[in-house]
Amino acid sequence: MSFSGTDRTRRTASQLMTTLTALCTFGAVGILLIILSYIAMRGIGALNLRFLFDSPRPVGEGGGIGNAIVGSAVLLGLSCAVGIPAGIATGVYLSEFGSGWFAPVVRFLVDTLTGIPSIVTGVFVYGVVVLRMKHFSALAGGIALALIMIPIVARTTEEMIRLVPHSLREGALALGAPQWRVTLGVIIPAAASGIATGAMLAIARVSGETAPLLFTAFGSRFFPRNLNEPIASLTVQIYNYAISPYDEWHAQAWAATLVLMTLILGINITVRFLTRKKF
Amino acid sequence: MSTTIPTLRPKFEITSRAVLPSRETKIAVDALNFYYGRAQALKDITLTIPARMVMAFIGPSGCGKTTFLRTLNRMNDVIPATRVEGKVMIDGADIYSASADVVELRRKVGMVFQKSNPFPKSIFDNVAYGLKINRLASSRSELEGRVEEALKDAALWEEVKDRLKSSALGLSGGQQQRLCIARALAIRPEVILMDEPASALDPIATSKIEELIMDLKNQYTIVIVTHNMQQAARVSDLTAFFLLGKLIEINTTEKLFTAPDEKVTEDYVTGRFG
Repeated sequence: MSFSGTDRTRRTASQLMTTLTALCTFGAVGILLIILSYIAMRGIGALNLRFLFDSPRPVGEGGGIGNAIVGSAVLLGLSCAVGIPAGIATGVYLSEFGSGWFAPVVRFLVDTLTGIPSIVTGVFVYGVVVLRMKHFSALAGGIALALIMIPIVARTTEEMIRLVPHSLREGALALGAPQWRVTLGVIIPAAASGIATGAMLAIARVSGETAPLLFTAFGSRFFPRNLNEPIASLTVQIYNYAISPYDEWHAQAWAATLVLMTLILGINITVRFLTRKKF
Repeated sequence: MSTTIPTLRPKFEITSRAVLPSRETKIAVDALNFYYGRAQALKDITLTIPARMVMAFIGPSGCGKTTFLRTLNRMNDVIPATRVEGKVMIDGADIYSASADVVELRRKVGMVFQKSNPFPKSIFDNVAYGLKINRLASSRSELEGRVEEALKDAALWEEVKDRLKSSALGLSGGQQQRLCIARALAIRPEVILMDEPASALDPIATSKIEELIMDLKNQYTIVIVTHNMQQAARVSDLTAFFLLGKLIEINTTEKLFTAPDEKVTEDYVTGRFG
């Protein structure tokens, strides 16, 4: 049995396209791997246990990023505490209850908010919070990061809830469930893993932010004691060390970058694990 | 082509059931018009549905039978830009009056949809959902009892009793649909609306659903929309024929399929169109 000419052409074309898409995939993933391994290579040298727990010291005396890790965690915690509930609530409103002219306006504003450069958010919080309080603080930093998170969480929540089949909503309504119980008990759980993905995207996005923190959390060389004073963060520390003239600090900046990326990866894996589909 | 569609039930039984006045009226619809935006989907529908009987709605696609079914538990309320005129009385109370409570109505009038729509929860939680939100069980053991009872009533218990905690989405299509019936039965409604409940099922699953309908009518008033005329003939006591948003004829199933009053009904049931 032999294949006809057109059949062979079709098979060749199919193989060609499959190879092409595979190559593109390898290309995309490959670049990520190159970045990761480059950072690991440059960062691993300065990385040790003391580096992870110590606070910064003058050049030549070592020191670490312990205060920055704690500071980043505090800032992320603050921004999540404000940004995730507010974002989810906005998204639920837009998809479930918004009607008339108001919802489209809110949606447009949320989209605009997503596009605002983060440094503008920083300057805004500087003007509204920092100047009023008369000093930099962890609170101001958390607010700035939350403002960046809200639109991301809101829009992904809205999209994910829209993906829940209408039949589920009708099924619950037909059982005599009031609207709010349908939303809370059926719709949001059905969209939970998608909403979590949105929250994760937002967390990953803000954990890499530096600009809004320069004007708000400012940075610190000490471990944080309360939320009302300036606080260190990994990104600001990386920035400060990277623009310094010292080779030792450059090496520490690489190591801190490696730590930051590992932490973000850790957050991603944890949230994935916690929100994996049970049903 | 034959002019009649054979029914599976013996004749005497049907005629005895067709004595309508002995049954109290459960649902009375008076001069109902329904609009999707400007398009009128239902035109001046008037009919009564007696208690504890099965009424089937038949008619070609787009004739309004599903729309009409959904007016009976105000499910069309969730579709934007729809409008209802006229009265739907259930047990003598107008469900579209300003004082009517739609949540209360839907507890009384359950619904099974064309496409089974189990929640992405466990089998148990699917059936328990209606009981929980309506606070119909005061204890865990009562809840478990009602879930078991509903699953038994829906002829699903034997198949799922060992895996109540596993996902409802792992059931077969026919099982999912019976789960949705169990979910509707659990809150003990008085009326059950079924929108082509077997249209996506194989013949065996279909016959299980049909047997179920015949069992359930001792306790419930059942209204079923079906595309399948044989199915209407098999399960229903009364049949209403819809065409282009109008109710053409309502009769005992026996009469509608063998000697309908309207010529157009006869044309439809004998397969000349539709």
